[in-house]
Amino acid sequence: MLTTLCLLLAALLLLVLPAALGLVRLLRLGGALVMAGLAVLAVLALLAPSAAVMALPLGPPWAAALVALDPLSAWFLLLLGLTGAFAALLINPGPRHEMVCFPLFLFGMALCITAADGFCLLLGFEAMSLASWAILHERRAARLYLMFAIFGGGCLMAAMGLLAAGAGSLGFAALRAAPPEGFVALAVLLLVTLGAGAKAGLAPLHLWLPLAHPAAPAHVSALMSAVMVKVALYVILRMVFDLCGPAQASFWGMPLLLMGAASALLGALRANLENDTKAILACSTIENVGMIAVGLGLALMFRGADMAVPAALALAGALLHVMNHGLFKCLLFLGVGVVLEQAGQRRLDALGGLLHNMPVLGWAMLVGALSAAAVPPLSGFASEWLLLQALLGAWRTGDALFQFAALVALAMVAMAVALGAAAMLRLWGLVFLGRPRSPRVAGAEDVSGPGRAGLLLPAALSLLLGAFPALALGLMQPVLAQWLGPAVAMPGGVLGLSAGDAGARYMVLPAILLLGVLALVLWRGAQWRGGGGATRAPAWDCGFIAPPVHLPFGNAATQPSGEGFAQPISRMLAGPLMAARENVAVPPPGSMASAEYSASSADPTWRALTTLRAARHAVSNRVDRFRALSVRHALGLLFATLVLLLAVLAGLERP
Amino acid sequence: MMLGLAAIVTQMMHLALVLAMAPVLVGLVRLVKARLMGRRGPALLQPWRDLAKLLRKRPVLADGATEISRAAPYVACAATLFAAVLVPGFAQGMLLAPLADLLLLAGLLALARVALALAGMDVGTAFGGMGAARELSFSACAEPVLLLCILVLAMIAGTTNLDAMIVAFREGGVGLRVSLALIAVALLAVGLVENARMPADNPATHLELTMVHEAMILEASGRHLALWELQAALKLLVWMALLSAVFMPWGMAPAGAGPLAWLLGLVAWLGKITALAVALAVFESAIAKMRVFRIPEFLGVALLLAALAVALLFVSTGLA
Repeated sequence: MLTTLCLLLAALLLLVLPAALGLVRLLRLGGALVMAGLAVLAVLALLAPSAAVMALPLGPPWAAALVALDPLSAWFLLLLGLTGAFAALLINPGPRHEMVCFPLFLFGMALCITAADGFCLLLGFEAMSLASWAILHERRAARLYLMFAIFGGGCLMAAMGLLAAGAGSLGFAALRAAPPEGFVALAVLLLVTLGAGAKAGLAPLHLWLPLAHPAAPAHVSALMSAVMVKVALYVILRMVFDLCGPAQASFWGMPLLLMGAASALLGALRANLENDTKAILACSTIENVGMIAVGLGLALMFRGADMAVPAALALAGALLHVMNHGLFKCLLFLGVGVVLEQAGQRRLDALGGLLHNMPVLGWAMLVGALSAAAVPPLSGFASEWLLLQALLGAWRTGDALFQFAALVALAMVAMAVALGAAAMLRLWGLVFLGRPRSPRVAGAEDVSGPGRAGLLLPAALSLLLGAFPALALGLMQPVLAQWLGPAVAMPGGVLGLSAGDAGARYMVLPAILLLGVLALVLWRGAQWRGGGGATRAPAWDCGFIAPPVHLPFGNAATQPSGEGFAQPISRMLAGPLMAARENVAVPPPGSMASAEYSASSADPTWRALTTLRAARHAVSNRVDRFRALSVRHALGLLFATLVLLLAVLAGLERP
Repeated sequence: MMLGLAAIVTQMMHLALVLAMAPVLVGLVRLVKARLMGRRGPALLQPWRDLAKLLRKRPVLADGATEISRAAPYVACAATLFAAVLVPGFAQGMLLAPLADLLLLAGLLALARVALALAGMDVGTAFGGMGAARELSFSACAEPVLLLCILVLAMIAGTTNLDAMIVAFREGGVGLRVSLALIAVALLAVGLVENARMPADNPATHLELTMVHEAMILEASGRHLALWELQAALKLLVWMALLSAVFMPWGMAPAGAGPLAWLLGLVAWLGKITALAVALAVFESAIAKMRVFRIPEFLGVALLLAALAVALLFVSTGLA
């Protein structure tokens, strides 16, 4: 099995050739096949878990490179394989360097996930960062992205160094045998949370994400949001849950819990304020990564308190959400890419009414949007049900600090769920419903060819996982057994999910059946008095008259705009946190100019960064004065420094 | 066997009861409000007559309306009916009791809300979009309160299953708890906002600028409008049944009880719902509508009350 894995990885590297030669069709087909192969391999590895490690005949000078496919790796590899295959189907011809970097990006993620030693893990992580950086086509976004990537990589290298210093080797088996203790362990936790958190987009290190994800072609954006941030979460799971050993205190979950809750709320709020479709999806990624981080934090807390059942609940919720979010976010990003290609627009205010021309895309994206909105019976609800149940059980740990942290996290996550739903409805509704806002949008054509499969398959998988979350739980069982012992109780069965204690269940199948039966009954019942088929008429709209002839799609200004739709949330909730402002410029009396409305907001981290930059300027201006000193002053300063240093030295040397 | 039969029978009776009762409940609130204003008011069965009239008319879809406008009323109404079927009324241990999870209940109401908002946005009219935006932002303020209330209930009862919760409340000797009283107030506030009742929205008006719920169904007509009206009535009933089941579980027939206990439970349930409806009518007549942008303050108070309830529970379980 590991040999096949290595062959597939090599095949991924070989795909650079067709990419460099500009053979897009071959790249599409080859990429989809290789990624599908990886997904199949991952499923096989989950069905027959093994701890085998394979040493490659290459690697760094001091040791051979190791790869392995344990259940945790296999779970993330499954996500990578599935979404990678869907994204590969929608590759569009682009500049040569973008084409070449795409297989490298996939290779980096696959290597990071399947590595069994620290060197390969970091190599894959950095390859993923660099390859995706090279694809970004906006300079400012790319620079910010690179800064955060360097920061994250540096933290992870330091953490790996601390781990390896105790173990004397970089192999995972050796690291596991010598888990860090005391302050070293704390430093590792902090460095991994910061380093991988920066890559995952956890607040307050999320700043690059809403800029960088929209700045790539759709298939790369899809993978960045669906998988790349999950690879960072995988690194957290691997280094904190696995390599640091099982004996960690409960408070290890606190940083993840709090950062996760903050990300969830901030991401969901920002998603409601953005006007660019891709930026909305990127902000929603911050929200969902936050939810997953909350689940991971809770799992650490519960495991520290020796509560295996709720720990399994939290971890299963987090892992299920990893898969669900990967699928629906991949679908949504790919769909937005098709919209951009067909309608030429990414702004909410320029689209509209696309459901008439793009029914396949529209309905597929509705599945994704409703999954993201956590509406039953779709997949997002199942995983968020598990996460919320874990949060509702967090008070059982008994520690007052955790209880209050979980209380705050619960309120923030609840608000994030509702805000996330609002953001998804705003996105889908303004793009696909209403009237077209320009002739180009009215002429858009539906998705066809292999791209159709790349959109319909993730939608179908989202529906499947929504109806049968037990399917995913069954595959996930070895992952949970790996951390919580082979006797771990899975939170769910054929009928649906259960939260372990007395009777808290989400019975998915009966619920879906009943919902269908009730809808059918109502449909028949509504025909009861006759009434006849529906007819068409102009919209009533409280008596507004029909638009003039020169506006074939009506006056776009009378439709709700992106900013207008965001206004209630912006005014109600975003005031202090997001510095949301509204400006209405009314022309003076007698002027025929129209009034202008504009809204603005700023991320709190961005504001903090701006303050920091101003402080740095102030300090550097002060320091600059030294350059203008005369020779006399400079020599005097030098002498004074020398005396001071000698005095310090004398003080230190004194026994 | 007997238990299973009783479960099926009570469930079917409950389904028929909520369907029949929901419009009557709306009629009752309107009637009491009219009497308080010194008018004679419409008959108790007027909402039913309206529904029957609307069902006889053919729906008129706006130009540019998609399949969303056709499907949304059925989805929303089915989800709300599902929620209504789950909340125990006159008897416990109904067939669907194992499904009655509070988070699922919240999810079903969210599904109905999503369908409603999509229907509002479908034609691209200004009012529909405005109503949808306001509805969604209200829900963002209400959701944390709801979840904290669920946390309090789950901490006291040990589960989020509604049926098991009521059993625990009736048999476990929960007694009078400050936390329960606090979240009762918080849940009332959420219920008022979710049902587009008085401080948040005026259910009696069609004045464009004040409305939230009505704005989203402006373009609906015929049987679609009938379904939206039924959905709103059912949602009101769900909230009243939920409040009475959790905070006033007296008189409910226990699981496996006979017809006599059902009758007793029915009388008790009708009494409780009527009392809540009259209270709602009195409350709505007594206060004025709030500005839309003051709703977060209204729900913020509810959030504080719920957080206080949770904190009190933490302290009391910590001491115990």
